[in-house]
Amino acid sequence: MSQPALLRLDKVSKRYGSVQANRQIDLSVRAGSIHAVLGENGAGKSTLMKLIYGVEQPDAGRICWKGQEVHLARPSDAQSLGIGMVFQHFSLFETLSVVQNVSLMIPGRPVELARKIQDLGDQFGLSVDPHAMVHRLSVGERQRVEIIRCLLLNPKLLILDEPTSVLPPQSARRLFETLRKLQAEGMAILFISHKLDEIRELCDTASVLRGGEVTGRVDPREHDARSLAQLMIGREMPNVAHAAPRPPGQERLRLNGLSHPRASRFGTTLKGIDLKLHSGEIIGIAGISGNGQQELAALVSGETRAQDPGMIEIMGKKAGHLGPMARRRLGFSFVPEERLGRGAVPEMSLADNSLLTAHGRNMLSRGFIRRKVERAFTRDCIEAFDVRTPGPDAEAGAMSGGNLQKFILGREIMLQPDVMLVSQPTWGVDIGAATAIRRRLLDMRDQGCAILVISEEMDELFEMCSKLHVLNHGTLSAALEAAQTTPQEIGRYMIGAQS
Amino acid sequence: MKLRLIRRDAASRLAMFASPVLALALTCLASLVLFAALGKPAGAALHALLLKPFLSWYSFSEVLLKMAPLLLIAQGLAIGFRANVFNIGAEGQFIVGALCASAMPVYFPQGDLPLMLPTMIAAGALGGTVYALIAAALRTRFGASEILVTLMMALIAVQILNYLLLGPWKDPRGFNFPQTVMFPDNALLPILFDGTRTNISLIFSLLASVFAYLIMQHHFRGYQLRTAGLAPRAALYAGFSAPRMVWLGLGIGGLAAGIAGASEVAGPLGQLQRSVTSGYGYAAIIVAYVGGLNPLGIIASSFLISVIYIGGDSATVSAGLPVAAVEVFQGLLLFFYLLTFTLIRYRVELDRKVPA
Amino acid sequence: MSGLEFLLAGTLAAALPLLLAALGEMVVEKAGLLNLGLEGMMAIGAAIAFICVYHTGSHFVGFLGAAAVSTLTALLFAALVIGVQANQVASGLAIGVLGLGLSALFGKSYESLTIQGLPKLGLLGLSEIPLIGPTLLTQDIVVWVSIGMTFGLWWVLNRTKLGLVITAVGENPEAARAIGYPVSLIRLYAVAFGGAMCGIAGAYASTVYTPLWADGMIAGRGWIALALVVFGTWQTGRVAFGALLFGILSLGELTAQAMGIGLPSQVLSSLPYFVTILMLVVISRRKLRSA
Repeated sequence: MSQPALLRLDKVSKRYGSVQANRQIDLSVRAGSIHAVLGENGAGKSTLMKLIYGVEQPDAGRICWKGQEVHLARPSDAQSLGIGMVFQHFSLFETLSVVQNVSLMIPGRPVELARKIQDLGDQFGLSVDPHAMVHRLSVGERQRVEIIRCLLLNPKLLILDEPTSVLPPQSARRLFETLRKLQAEGMAILFISHKLDEIRELCDTASVLRGGEVTGRVDPREHDARSLAQLMIGREMPNVAHAAPRPPGQERLRLNGLSHPRASRFGTTLKGIDLKLHSGEIIGIAGISGNGQQELAALVSGETRAQDPGMIEIMGKKAGHLGPMARRRLGFSFVPEERLGRGAVPEMSLADNSLLTAHGRNMLSRGFIRRKVERAFTRDCIEAFDVRTPGPDAEAGAMSGGNLQKFILGREIMLQPDVMLVSQPTWGVDIGAATAIRRRLLDMRDQGCAILVISEEMDELFEMCSKLHVLNHGTLSAALEAAQTTPQEIGRYMIGAQS
Repeated sequence: MKLRLIRRDAASRLAMFASPVLALALTCLASLVLFAALGKPAGAALHALLLKPFLSWYSFSEVLLKMAPLLLIAQGLAIGFRANVFNIGAEGQFIVGALCASAMPVYFPQGDLPLMLPTMIAAGALGGTVYALIAAALRTRFGASEILVTLMMALIAVQILNYLLLGPWKDPRGFNFPQTVMFPDNALLPILFDGTRTNISLIFSLLASVFAYLIMQHHFRGYQLRTAGLAPRAALYAGFSAPRMVWLGLGIGGLAAGIAGASEVAGPLGQLQRSVTSGYGYAAIIVAYVGGLNPLGIIASSFLISVIYIGGDSATVSAGLPVAAVEVFQGLLLFFYLLTFTLIRYRVELDRKVPA
Repeated sequence: MSGLEFLLAGTLAAALPLLLAALGEMVVEKAGLLNLGLEGMMAIGAAIAFICVYHTGSHFVGFLGAAAVSTLTALLFAALVIGVQANQVASGLAIGVLGLGLSALFGKSYESLTIQGLPKLGLLGLSEIPLIGPTLLTQDIVVWVSIGMTFGLWWVLNRTKLGLVITAVGENPEAARAIGYPVSLIRLYAVAFGGAMCGIAGAYASTVYTPLWADGMIAGRGWIALALVVFGTWQTGRVAFGALLFGILSLGELTAQAMGIGLPSQVLSSLPYFVTILMLVVISRRKLRSA
């Protein structure tokens, strides 16, 4: 190929404090190519994209566009060159309409923009109502709005950051078709993902990132998932020991027609949810976030009180009216999806964060805090759950996502619960920590704990759960035996095509 | 090249002490410039503000007298602030505390009420608490912002005070001045040091500080309040009741302000008069923040602000500075404290761009 | 002059300082910040305006000076909140205390001096209309300009891209940053605008409404303006409506005092504060219920 690469990165490095996020990265993207950037959480993918999109600037190295060196001081610089970006957590404004959102980036009269939105939608299979309010749109539709907004800038390069993490399998298929049409138009696409099968299906080139460095440049179509994984994590993919499922024991958690009106117009109303969870089993709730997952978790944990005490039974007792502390005393514990600010207080030490839920474990004497007990508990937790930290005095806010999640999970397990609710256990966690977390949950199951897992990661659910439910628009499907269902069937429930 | 803020792994102990000192230095510098610009003898003004109070035992004792109410109110407010409960109308609770305490000597001017002083203090405490809890009720029941409600209540309290002093409670033999009768001896707080006006309310305030320290740093209730302030969703997750934090935060602030108000009329004033609205309730907000909302820090900051009050009095005489200069100094102090406070959790780093 | 005529003639002027300060704060809050220092920014504006008018005789200079100094004060707030991410409540209070203190400091030697107010102008011969002509439709120039400004602000916030950008920055700053908007800069402008509006509001209070300077003359109006933003649920029209209500209320207080109504004057003076609390309760409750 004689023509210069559309985008070329030359020994680009970026450091945040003591963390070297990107080290001497070389990357070259051709026009008309779908180029994957593959790496696990924390490998430096997001930082790299921020550098290319002008959100951050590199400490060293060069970025070249069509052979010319460029300096990207802000996103608008990247946009004017022809670089568009679709964010993982969308950069849309919920209170505004689709057209208004688009007009924040694209000049033009609303009427014209609405027409263009429709035209592009027809051309690339991205249909969406231009006058709808964003908060009413599904996640898939929001992604289409983001893509359309980028396409209106006539980009030469489109960056998509983990675009399928929020989509059911069917919608992901549809997205791939769109991307292939764009590729046929000559556009280059930078596709960031940690999902190996997708990359093998879609991309013609893959750059593998590990620990902030490029560890490989391959044609993913010529490799199997196993060897890609090895490049990505630098060793064999760890296996989770699937303990043989045992016959479930006594009933530990029961939801009886749990219904709850939404708290705001951005929320989801829950409708008649039934569920039974027994000791020694893990049940998974699949579905895309925003379909009532947060509402359900808050109701089961007691952060939101149910409208009727009988809607929730924990250990055979009506618990819908009880608060989180009372439910914990019944033997319940909960690992929430947000770690900072909910599962842990960022400004407090780990020791003080133990106190948050474990204060009942002999940590108080007449209401005064027993520092020794608090520290001993924290140290045990750090040790037993392999939390990498200087010690109990380190602040929670300074820890990595995976380490903090191990700490929170450890703290909740050390409460020796009979029932656990774990929400998005491995969101933003690197593979090593994710594997450790899943193994811990399976251990808990084997010790007789009843566990409910809410997750977007279908692989994870199939790996751990004996039964699956799907939550869609606030309605929970009937239980599906994990051994007898497929991701495709779950996907159909996720988009409401089956119920 | 630009400045960047980098989060520290843990709050810096050194910066915790250094930032108030740096703030004080910057405040002095800014005041010097300001006073000079106004054509006042800036050096003399600063000398009067910060040093004069230490130059005689009497003026030092006056510092201690000022410090008692400031310290007490600020300890109460800081507990609320740490729980994100913003009671900025302590002035109102202070006035109502003073009113309730004054009712005893006003209706028993001969002092023929058994346990006069304890009753006054109790009445002041009750009045201040109840007055603050109105805001708690409106916040927990209707979601009305306690910031605005407590402030409006403070403005209303001034009107209640005016009404009583101009009407029913006016001293019949007071030459029509808006003030009550002088209180009988058994309605006055004992003096701590002979020859000064410093009374035992300073002891209350110091005891309250010890209490605040134990509760906020070592008790589970204080931990709950801090959690509610730092991460409300974590408090919800843990199951700490949010309304209870609002009731507690406002109630404690009102209680402290009410006792301080009672001590003011039973102390230096010796009667209820208009000058009871001297702004302690507002100054205490500054004391609380400049003390880092920390019970021990607040002891230091209340002392500092008291020095500035007494120094300000002498500066009006010796340097011809308007009384408002004290307010400006306090405002600057809080401003610079907030500016340097960032250093505790962040460090400043030069972000040098490597030439490409 | 009858009671009705008095109300018609005076309401707009009485409402004006509240209206301007509240509209300024509304823009600040729409951009996602909360500045509690209104009272101080109005006070310093009032003092500076009086000083300028006293020395130059020009109201234009007075208003300009007030807007400039209050904007500077607001920028101190921006330095804390945008610059070093300090606590907003404490920062707003710091600015409030500082503004009040500086206004007293600067205004000290101007107490009990007098200046001229502004003449009242009829609008395009409409002052011939009976009853409302010589009262409601005869106002000083600042009132007319402010009415125009209110409509202008409504138009900017609801019909222009700038309005969209301010809403976007307030609703989701991360997203706005991600699509390339300089969030901090936009917020800085919003805070500066809020400061300027408070300065103008204070200037009107001290050089037109009652042409004199007295320490503490803002008398809680900054805080009431803050409450008006909540009452108006961040919508220009409703905020203006609230300001008018308070204008009538404060005149009612004056009339009642003049007529010697059998209530203690303190009850009347507390009325705006009571109404503010009541208003907060009603609005907040509605919000709580719809949530």
